[in-house]
Amino acid sequence: MDNLSLFISIPAAVAFFIPVVSRRLRWFPDVSASVTSFFLLMLSLMTLNHETVYKMGDWPAPYGVVFVLDGFSCMMLVIVNLVVFFTAIYSVDYIEKFYTSKLRYYSLLLLVLTGVNGVILTGDLFNLFIFLELSLVASFALVGFGCSARDLEGSFKYLVINLLASYLIFMGIALLYGKFASLNMADIARMVANSDGMSDQVVVFAFVLLLVGFATKSAIVPFHGWVADAYTSAPAPISAVLTGAAVKSLGVYVLIRLAYNIFGMNSILSTIFAYSGVASIIIGVLMALGQWNFKRLLAYHSISQIGYIILAFGIGTPLAIVGGIFHILNHSLFKPLLFLNAGSVEYETGERNLARLGHLSKKMPVTAISSLIASFSISGIPPFNGFWSKLLIIVAAVQAGRPLLALWAVIGSILTLASFAKIQKYVFFGSGERFKEKMLSGVGEVPFLMRISMIVLAIFCSLAGLLLVGGLNGIFGPVVNALAGGPELYITRIFGK
Amino acid sequence: MVYTLCFLLFLIGMYGVTCKKNIVKIILGFLIMEYSINLFLILLGWKEGGIAPVVDHSVSPDVLVTRSVDPLPQAMVLISITIGLGILCLMVAIAIRLYQRYGTFDITEMNKLRH
Repeated sequence: MDNLSLFISIPAAVAFFIPVVSRRLRWFPDVSASVTSFFLLMLSLMTLNHETVYKMGDWPAPYGVVFVLDGFSCMMLVIVNLVVFFTAIYSVDYIEKFYTSKLRYYSLLLLVLTGVNGVILTGDLFNLFIFLELSLVASFALVGFGCSARDLEGSFKYLVINLLASYLIFMGIALLYGKFASLNMADIARMVANSDGMSDQVVVFAFVLLLVGFATKSAIVPFHGWVADAYTSAPAPISAVLTGAAVKSLGVYVLIRLAYNIFGMNSILSTIFAYSGVASIIIGVLMALGQWNFKRLLAYHSISQIGYIILAFGIGTPLAIVGGIFHILNHSLFKPLLFLNAGSVEYETGERNLARLGHLSKKMPVTAISSLIASFSISGIPPFNGFWSKLLIIVAAVQAGRPLLALWAVIGSILTLASFAKIQKYVFFGSGERFKEKMLSGVGEVPFLMRISMIVLAIFCSLAGLLLVGGLNGIFGPVVNALAGGPELYITRIFGK
Repeated sequence: MVYTLCFLLFLIGMYGVTCKKNIVKIILGFLIMEYSINLFLILLGWKEGGIAPVVDHSVSPDVLVTRSVDPLPQAMVLISITIGLGILCLMVAIAIRLYQRYGTFDITEMNKLRH
């Protein structure tokens, strides 16, 4: 698998063909989107443990655009394509019921996938900005897909805050170009390392602009304002894609790539990461505790779980990096699953308010069991996957001599358990205050395709702990190598010796 | 000096986006921000008395290297204008739909999500 441009060209081409073809063929959008994302998932699995540099048009590195595949980016590719594949299957029935235009939906979904894959693979800053904007524009349209007043309001909020962040990023890129006359990330890393660039004010200013921009896109706490509204107003599969794929790759991935491989990690940056991570964990979970809207509660938990990832990369030891990347994987399994559960509940009952729901475990056993598994995973109960990654992060924090950070992480985990106990009690195994018996009439289990994607994600949640077998030499070994090697390794990978 | 003015323009756009309550003014703020960055990039490549960066046999390579303007920012600005157009269309479309739903352009009155 050396031709990395397939990850961008295939979804872009299919996204173009869906509106053209499917006016005649009604079944085409469903089938083509699922098949495309499945094919990309297989391709990304084939890239595991491969390391290659693809030169666009065969132009060598500092002049042309390069696509870089190393341990970190192939892990992210697998995660993103996995999430999009399961949500594409799930959407077949969900979109049929709530929305009208399937061909536009799938076309936009594949454009989001194109942008996200491009951001993960590219080794060029301006190229990264283009892919970022591509997936952002598509996701703005998807968040407001229902066109009701609430959807549009959430979409406009999402648009304003993220576009502001995009322009800050663009300004940062322009400043870096003015300073170094290069857009290639490895080339910039080389010049930063050679000239001791982090003492230069222009470089520091550009880096801060990039940091603020990508922190906004990854919804770390001082910049988290858009998350709740956007996730609440989007269709449930789109909330799953946003939290499982878009936020992780557009925000967290680029942030970590910039910090570790371009500018080099230092103690100030590590402190910023660790404390903003802790703030995200605690504030996110506290805001979630008081929520009665199912999807809004999940959205606030998304902030809190991203906090764990940022905390892990702030600690920065190899063990913490394994914990962080494993938590990215786990969060991409259980949080989309929870959003799909919320979508299933809405599909059958038309209700998002926890106080009006109740006793669904008898009527919807698959949704209830899978949501129970996901709740156990997210609140860190052994043997589900969330437990292992949180354990790694906490152990790494203690080993690094920062027990206070570990304590906050534990407190966050306990509060998470409390709020998910609330979901389980009010939705599935008990009932809310304003629950009425007649709401349950006519409620049954969701259609087959929706069920299958929830079941498979739940199985992954229960078994993903096994991926840790082998420790630092196991499946996460290449990721740790790619990140712990710092800028030098990244430069050698692209330019050779 | 001219870079400072460029950055001032960026800040004016940012002020429009963050402090204004009217959706149309927010969109105008975004336009100003985008144009300031485009202007900044073009200025980075600009040279007094520069020539077009086209390989032409009537001009010797040395002169071409020293006197031609930097073509890369121009390509970047073209792409950025295209992206900006797409985003502008989407923003205006959403603004029109919002006006149909709420009957106002004031964002402080759009608070259905809070209830």
